[in-house]
Amino acid sequence: MTDDELKIKSIHYRKKLLEYIKKAGAGHTGGSLSCVDILNVLYNRIMNISPQNFGDPARDRYVQSKGHSVEALYVVLADKGFFPESDLETLCKYRSHYVGHPTRKVNGIEHNSGALGHGLAFGAGVALSAKKDKAAYKVYVLLGDGELVEGSNWETFMAAAHYRLDNLTAIVDRNNLQITGKTEDVCGLERLDEKFRAFGWHVEIVDGHDIAALSDVLGKVPFKTDKPSLVIANTIKGKGVSFIENDHTWHHHVPTDSQYRQAQLELDNLLTELGS
Amino acid sequence: MKFEPGTESGKANLEVFSETLMSLASGDKNVLAVTSDSRGSGKLAPFAAAYPEQIVEVGIAEQNLVGISAGLASTGKVVYAVSPACFLTARSLEQIKNDVCYSDHPVKLVGISAGVSYGALGSTHHSTHDLAVLRAINNIVIIAPSDNFETKHAVRAAATMSHPVFLRFGKRPMYHLHNPRTKFEVGRSITIREGSDVTFIATGETVYHALMAGKMLESRGISCRVISMHTVKPLDAESVLKAASDSGAIVTVEEHCVLGGLGEACAAVLMQAGARVPFRIVGLPDEYTITGSQQEIFEHYGISAKGLAETAEKLLNP
Repeated sequence: MTDDELKIKSIHYRKKLLEYIKKAGAGHTGGSLSCVDILNVLYNRIMNISPQNFGDPARDRYVQSKGHSVEALYVVLADKGFFPESDLETLCKYRSHYVGHPTRKVNGIEHNSGALGHGLAFGAGVALSAKKDKAAYKVYVLLGDGELVEGSNWETFMAAAHYRLDNLTAIVDRNNLQITGKTEDVCGLERLDEKFRAFGWHVEIVDGHDIAALSDVLGKVPFKTDKPSLVIANTIKGKGVSFIENDHTWHHHVPTDSQYRQAQLELDNLLTELGS
Repeated sequence: MKFEPGTESGKANLEVFSETLMSLASGDKNVLAVTSDSRGSGKLAPFAAAYPEQIVEVGIAEQNLVGISAGLASTGKVVYAVSPACFLTARSLEQIKNDVCYSDHPVKLVGISAGVSYGALGSTHHSTHDLAVLRAINNIVIIAPSDNFETKHAVRAAATMSHPVFLRFGKRPMYHLHNPRTKFEVGRSITIREGSDVTFIATGETVYHALMAGKMLESRGISCRVISMHTVKPLDAESVLKAASDSGAIVTVEEHCVLGGLGEACAAVLMQAGARVPFRIVGLPDEYTITGSQQEIFEHYGISAKGLAETAEKLLNP
């Protein structure tokens, strides 16, 4: 697929995740909109993961540590054919497997997440196993920026460097906001790149909404032999909808009927601009 | 020569764990020990020397220990995550709950120096909560072996289990309690001694003391059944109910807080079945223990032959 085709896909993903959040009356709107371009590039360009190879030990692995942005993951997995999109009509409904955070009951999901600061250690374990087996598959972990304050992450940042896990890539969805407000006001993270470098990771910084740039950076991992790779993807929380962007109150806010119509209109206009 | 339980001294269960793991690892390179600077206290230095590719050291980082173990287990590795029970089941409880149990990655969690094994090192190093917290978490089997025989079989059984398991034992040498021909089955208790007046249902390293109490009571004309309830979850409810119907009283014994452990698990079985039998839970009270060795702590709180015999006698003759 071309960059333009992926850009169009991202907008469709945004429209769909808003649709299912609206139908469910629940969901993490801002963070799903911020990470969806990253998921788009990973699943459509970078990772060797499909419904056909999901049982194959040689597949790549994707772990979503920021489990709350599961709606973005669900729409991408549906698009990839892991399950019928109509399943998402049941999102967060009584007895549905489509819970508000990832679980392995949903085809395509490797690990149950939602409690923050867990995904990286799990991913490092998978990467370490690949090293022991001399297997070529890679592991990709998506981290939220707010969850980086969880100390468990830093245990794994140390261990992954110690074990030279160059088959492990962590991507930080750096949208600068968390439920309370700005990450830098809640408990400052900067300078993040220097912290990661000091922990022994090779760091690249990229525009997390630029399909071409994301493809370029993620296509180059590992950046350095024997070093785990860290991608700081600078993003906008709520990306794509003017009144949701950069507003922390949309962390898990569900649009009203009129807000929903306005959001879909704005996304439709973006599609028109792209000639779709 | 006839086997007499509790007369012949064996090794520490910890040593048997290490030897058994070595034997498992020798035939399967997928068998891994993951440690948090705990290879020394886990008696795993020989394992590390013999199988350097099969030990994963994460340093003093129990959350990472369990998370990495879950990742390794997800790819088919046979992972024993080894750390002092006090840290393993408290510091990394959320990893146990989410990354192991909820995600259903079959890690074998090994809580070493469990209960009050660390004695005078104090309450930071005691795990008197682990049975209670893990009982309330779905999808984990809990085993506290009483002797070398149960330890060997539990460690071997864990290797083939496709769901999470927690093994818990201490570091003092244990007496042999089982004839080597005994059948060990996860979830099925083992009756070490038959009797009809009172039944001791004990787990882990307290089983020996229950057996000695039984012998002491026999000399006073009281007949005792002694059950090793090595698997605390799932509980062998059948043997608990049988004890209630066969004997005049039940005393449960555990190296754990009396809240939420083996005793309350048995009580729930009995109450819900409508079984009415004189019943006492012996364990550690809801307090930070007195200072002392494991043995001194046991004696102080009545987890000893003398203390248990007194509890049983008072229960039978109130």
